[in-house]
Amino acid sequence: MRIGVVTFPGSNSDIDALNALAVAGVEPVTLWHESPDLSGVSAVILPGGFAYGDYIRAGVIARFSPVMRGVKDFAAAGGLVLGICNGFQVLAESGLVPGALLRNRSLRFASKIVAIKPERLDSPFTRAANGAPIHIPIAHGEGCYYADEATLDGLEASGRVLFRYVREDGCPALDPDDPANPNGSLRGIAGVCNEAGNVAGLMPHPERMSEEILGSDEGMQLIRSLVESAKEWEAAGRPAPRTKAEARA
Amino acid sequence: MSEFRYAVNVLPKPGILDPQGRAVELSLPHLNVTNVSGVRVGRRAELTVTAGSEAGARAVVDGLARELLSNPLIETYAIELLEGTSSAVSTKAPSL
Repeated sequence: MRIGVVTFPGSNSDIDALNALAVAGVEPVTLWHESPDLSGVSAVILPGGFAYGDYIRAGVIARFSPVMRGVKDFAAAGGLVLGICNGFQVLAESGLVPGALLRNRSLRFASKIVAIKPERLDSPFTRAANGAPIHIPIAHGEGCYYADEATLDGLEASGRVLFRYVREDGCPALDPDDPANPNGSLRGIAGVCNEAGNVAGLMPHPERMSEEILGSDEGMQLIRSLVESAKEWEAAGRPAPRTKAEARA
Repeated sequence: MSEFRYAVNVLPKPGILDPQGRAVELSLPHLNVTNVSGVRVGRRAELTVTAGSEAGARAVVDGLARELLSNPLIETYAIELLEGTSSAVSTKAPSL
């Protein structure tokens, strides 16, 4: 099975994502930003970096790139799309996941290992996780998750908050000023998914902790989740995404 | 066809945390300024549109402001026609 990783001008974690996929036992494929052709891959990762220099706002120029036309069609057809860090920003700017990523509350670029916890283990992006806090790095200047109160309530009610920053004891860092909340994200949100559940974004980098030689392989829980879900999607004959009514059921 | 020059001023929406504005405001006492508040920091883009009418040109700017220059979830924008910069564009090929 092949899984694609988009390379935008300015992507810097694409090679890491390709490597993590290889570690997970699938064939990694580079998808160039100038082509909307996804080469028949079974899932897509939008990697970290600074696509198109992150000018204007992180992710917005990438939104209009040819490859994103292919990614939008792929997502609409039920394909799995995971945006990591800058990839999350691209998905948010594209309207493929709700909300926006604002400048970190500290105004500082944050580069450190954080703890996040999956809110649910039955999503395509968390199914291989063990439920304990996952320690993986962040590296971003604009990672402060924002959505209006009604949207946040809706995300929580429909189980679309996939990850929150947590303290060492596993308690979510809901307060934007909590030291365990590294960027001031509202309600401690580190990752969300779309209504159909097949497009997700998160700020931390699972692919950068994908082998013991990198210090830890805790991030592989999320990479393996994606791989398992993509295999299942292929085995089922690439089913269309769940409708809104099915997603709520 | 005429050229119309615009500025698009983008600001964080009221109520959205603006850490840049806050940082500027917190620095003001260092300048011995104590009577300034409500600082918001945004961005400004200037651009020239070639169009048959000002309304047509403004529609182009409005689309760009909404889709690219601002994110309506978190920002507002205002379009400003810059005076004295619109001019007729010759439709003839320039003589070299």
